[in-house]
Amino acid sequence: MAAVSMTVNGKAVREDVEDRTLLVYFLREHLRLTGTHIGCDTSQCGACVVHVNGRAVKACSMFAVQAEGANVTTIEGLAKDGKLHPVQEAFRENHGLQCGFCTPGMIMTAVDMIARNPDLTREKIREGLEGNICRCTGYHNIVSSIEDAAKKMAGGAA
Amino acid sequence: MIPYAFKYHRVTSLADAQALFAKSPEAKFLAGGQTLIPTMKQRLANPPELIDISAIADLDFVRLSDDKLVIGAGVRHGDVAASKDVMSAIPALGELAHTIGDPAVRAVGTLGGSIANNDPAADYPAAALGLGATIVTTKRSIAADDYFTGMFETALEDGEIVTEVSFPIPARAGYAKFYNPASRYAMVGVFVADFGSTARVAVTGAAPCVFRVNSMEAALTKSFATQAIETITIAADNMNSDLHGSAEYRAHLVSVMAKRAVQNALNR
Repeated sequence: MAAVSMTVNGKAVREDVEDRTLLVYFLREHLRLTGTHIGCDTSQCGACVVHVNGRAVKACSMFAVQAEGANVTTIEGLAKDGKLHPVQEAFRENHGLQCGFCTPGMIMTAVDMIARNPDLTREKIREGLEGNICRCTGYHNIVSSIEDAAKKMAGGAA
Repeated sequence: MIPYAFKYHRVTSLADAQALFAKSPEAKFLAGGQTLIPTMKQRLANPPELIDISAIADLDFVRLSDDKLVIGAGVRHGDVAASKDVMSAIPALGELAHTIGDPAVRAVGTLGGSIANNDPAADYPAAALGLGATIVTTKRSIAADDYFTGMFETALEDGEIVTEVSFPIPARAGYAKFYNPASRYAMVGVFVADFGSTARVAVTGAAPCVFRVNSMEAALTKSFATQAIETITIAADNMNSDLHGSAEYRAHLVSVMAKRAVQNALNR
């Protein structure tokens, strides 16, 4: 057991965990932030994507102790003051989800993708979603949601 | 999935990493962990201790000189793909890095981790061997030709850590990869490089270990064009055969991907 400290969604947290505790279990079971999902648990599906120090990573493929001192953002940390993040809003408007299981990972990947790519195309969005699987096969509207969010966020910044 | 229990250490210097390893020779070094951690979760690996070297700042650099591009072992795939120095000196290398896994894997996985693991279907071994790179470790410098020794095997000794890889800059280079559609690993990936006086061809994914194709190198040295290797075929004897493709299929793919790699190099 080791004490691990990090900032999660702007809040400092400190918990005793086993060294082998994966970040996704730390978030879900220690912090009760169950918005981050475990899909395949083999680093393929992307349902567990969170941001660690500004990079979108798969929380099932990282130990909590590796995030010592890190700044972590989960799906719960996107909305501010009761207002949805523009990407969340775009997923709602464009029906970017069906069963919703993959949605937290899709949105966390999308936020990172939009931040890194100022000129997203539908093709680039599809390529950027390589590590996220939607078992409802609802990709068309997911791509539309991200395209819409990117446009609106660029407009807001200008 | 939960791995076996282990003790975790994070270090910020190579000296500390080596000191810890000297005390615990069964320990494994952890870089990005994008192969090691899934392997531990499946309980196929069971290191009693992990020495996390990902926070060693000295391993995170890209240095460009006139004739070579040196990349620190700790540089993440995504950072290689996004590096202006990489894209100006050896664009094929940046493009190769961009084809590894997916964005979240590329945000964490490292060059050093990839070549230390030497997965038969990994991409970086093709670039290192295809460019005739030098692998620099905590002990010595190793030519790529002597470094990749077998399936998941390298010339690295226990406790030896890859610190940087020095890539000679070719006149032009290209990479072509036939993806396994599920894993994005290379079913077959071919890296070709034209150094003017010589050409090199390295193949990953097809056999138990990355290898060079002498017949193609000789032909491309004479004439760096797809027509030069049009009729060259590869024997299926040593190719991998699994549920994704037979040995004959992979041997055929080597010829196809080699031509596409040459075309990619010529398209610049």
